[in-house]
Amino acid sequence: MTRTIISTGKAAPESTFDLRTQLGSLELQSPVLTASGCAAAGRELDNYFDITAIGGIVTKSIMLAPRSGRATPRMAETPSGMLNSIGLQGPGVESFLETDLAWLQRRGARTIVSIAGGTADEFGKVAAKLRVAGGFDAIEVNISCPNVEDRGQVFACRADTSAQIIQTVRRNSDNKIPIFAKLSPDVTDIVEIATSVSQAGATGVSVINTLLGMVIDTQTMRPVLAGVTGGLSGPAIRPIAVRCIWQIRSALPNVPIIGMGGVRTGQDALEMVLAGANAISVGTSIFNDPGAPMRIQKELEQELRNRGFESLTQAISFAHREVSEAVIEDETGESKDESEPDWDFISE
Amino acid sequence: MSAGASEGANSGAIQVNGEVLDVQRTGKYFLMSVTAPGITERARPGQFVTVSMGGEESSMVLRRSFAIQGVQARGMYGGTLDFVVSPVGKGSQWLTKLRRHDPVNLVGPLGKPFTLPTKPVTCVLVGGGYGAAPLIMLAQALRERGCRVDTIIGASTEEKLYGGLELKRVSTSLTLATEDGTAGIRGRVTDCLIDTLNSSKVDVVYACGPMPMLASVAEECTMRKIFSQCSVEESMACGIGVCMTCVLPVIGEDGVTRMLRSCVEGPVFRGDRVRWADIGTIPEGTWGGERLRS
Repeated sequence: MTRTIISTGKAAPESTFDLRTQLGSLELQSPVLTASGCAAAGRELDNYFDITAIGGIVTKSIMLAPRSGRATPRMAETPSGMLNSIGLQGPGVESFLETDLAWLQRRGARTIVSIAGGTADEFGKVAAKLRVAGGFDAIEVNISCPNVEDRGQVFACRADTSAQIIQTVRRNSDNKIPIFAKLSPDVTDIVEIATSVSQAGATGVSVINTLLGMVIDTQTMRPVLAGVTGGLSGPAIRPIAVRCIWQIRSALPNVPIIGMGGVRTGQDALEMVLAGANAISVGTSIFNDPGAPMRIQKELEQELRNRGFESLTQAISFAHREVSEAVIEDETGESKDESEPDWDFISE
Repeated sequence: MSAGASEGANSGAIQVNGEVLDVQRTGKYFLMSVTAPGITERARPGQFVTVSMGGEESSMVLRRSFAIQGVQARGMYGGTLDFVVSPVGKGSQWLTKLRRHDPVNLVGPLGKPFTLPTKPVTCVLVGGGYGAAPLIMLAQALRERGCRVDTIIGASTEEKLYGGLELKRVSTSLTLATEDGTAGIRGRVTDCLIDTLNSSKVDVVYACGPMPMLASVAEECTMRKIFSQCSVEESMACGIGVCMTCVLPVIGEDGVTRMLRSCVEGPVFRGDRVRWADIGTIPEGTWGGERLRS
């Protein structure tokens, strides 16, 4: 039986806090990433914080050909969230490689490239072009965008289609490149999908994509979005994200998880880490606070220090521990039983 | 600021915590004056700021954008900035209830400004409703360059007119129009614009207001081969170019229509470039549009 030791004593000095995290073969200096579709390709955000100082940039999903996206209105604010129906507007992979990825490389940012496709073949072709170009750290495979023409294209709704896409991307990618499957929470059993993509060659999973939602304007009495339905994001969906991370971590103890869904503060990020996330993507909060990823990174570090953690790694999946195994070590170095009432490792 | 900032799409925009100095009711609208250190010095006519809504624990996750009406770069409060709010939604109503010394979080200045003529030419400014606000700062800049500035503002009714006093002060001439005749000429701003374009030599037309007004202004100008610049109001989520929400179909120099972001590629567009009738659609032939229609 392993014993978890939580020190309530002195934390490591300011400059040396260890935020490093491991996503398969990829080591990042920080677990805080931007969420795909909320940071474009990093360039605009570089105005508001140093994009090389966070874990990395997850770029907006790129497809094989240029794509106009859906008609407007594409957005509706909802309680503690928003619906979007962008429809994967983008310049196509060739332009992305020449312009966006080239800029990220020059800038020295760690880059996770998100890819999308209408068919397994398209996913494979995009991955193949990436392999030739190089210059990125990992691939996130967006098999769960709800804003596609056909719900049948939300591959992440089924274990077999999810696995098929991941196999194709794996076959067309460098063996050393970590591949993350981005999953939809709009499924009966997300663990089944996570297990399936994991067996199909995914290094890990990114959870969660937006949930399919809808808003009707009660003045016009018509759907607000031109696309009728859209993806719900923001703090409103965070408990769902935490639940999905928890379930996957419980079932698959060693699969790297990138957690996302409504992270607004360092405390929110910590919640996902405790549930089992090895990294956290910040999405909709960027729209409210363009400096959010950097702020959240600093806040997360402080939250970890406050709880006596000496590194991020110690906190990953910490909520899964059996409480009876927790032992508190006080400043005198003596071990105290957890039944003692004066424990103080949750300090605000 | 980071090393790559100069390459950023919004270089120059910053996020600051400001403070409310004054909230003043004017007709159906509210004029807000806030401190915005660092933004005021950079702001140019036609640019906008975004403001976060509802405080730290707000359930409103999106910022609202407001055209900059004017700036005072110096003064006892440092830089201050004015913008107008039409309190039609939950966020804007919250904003207008703020009082002196309340904190406001601002990002700006954002967007492409109006381009200004290098020569002292004749300009016509057309504003609809609170769309007149950015024309105040623009008119000042044009007059400083020796331009003639004939301003036309209009609204459905008198209390929806905005900026009449300020615009009268900075314009060479000011014409008012209301659809119900409660102030100025009974009719639309475009009727007044057509009269002006027919009776005098105009070099450039600047416009800000509702989309149908901008569409008419652009059409009248394009027909007469007069250069027009229109500032659009599109619903935005981020205001900084990352969310792809505020797009509209715009014809590029290569003749190809693309869905461009009003926040970074606008909000000021050439009137003859926007496909006004096709806003809200992906028109035939749009770059990358084939697949969505198939």
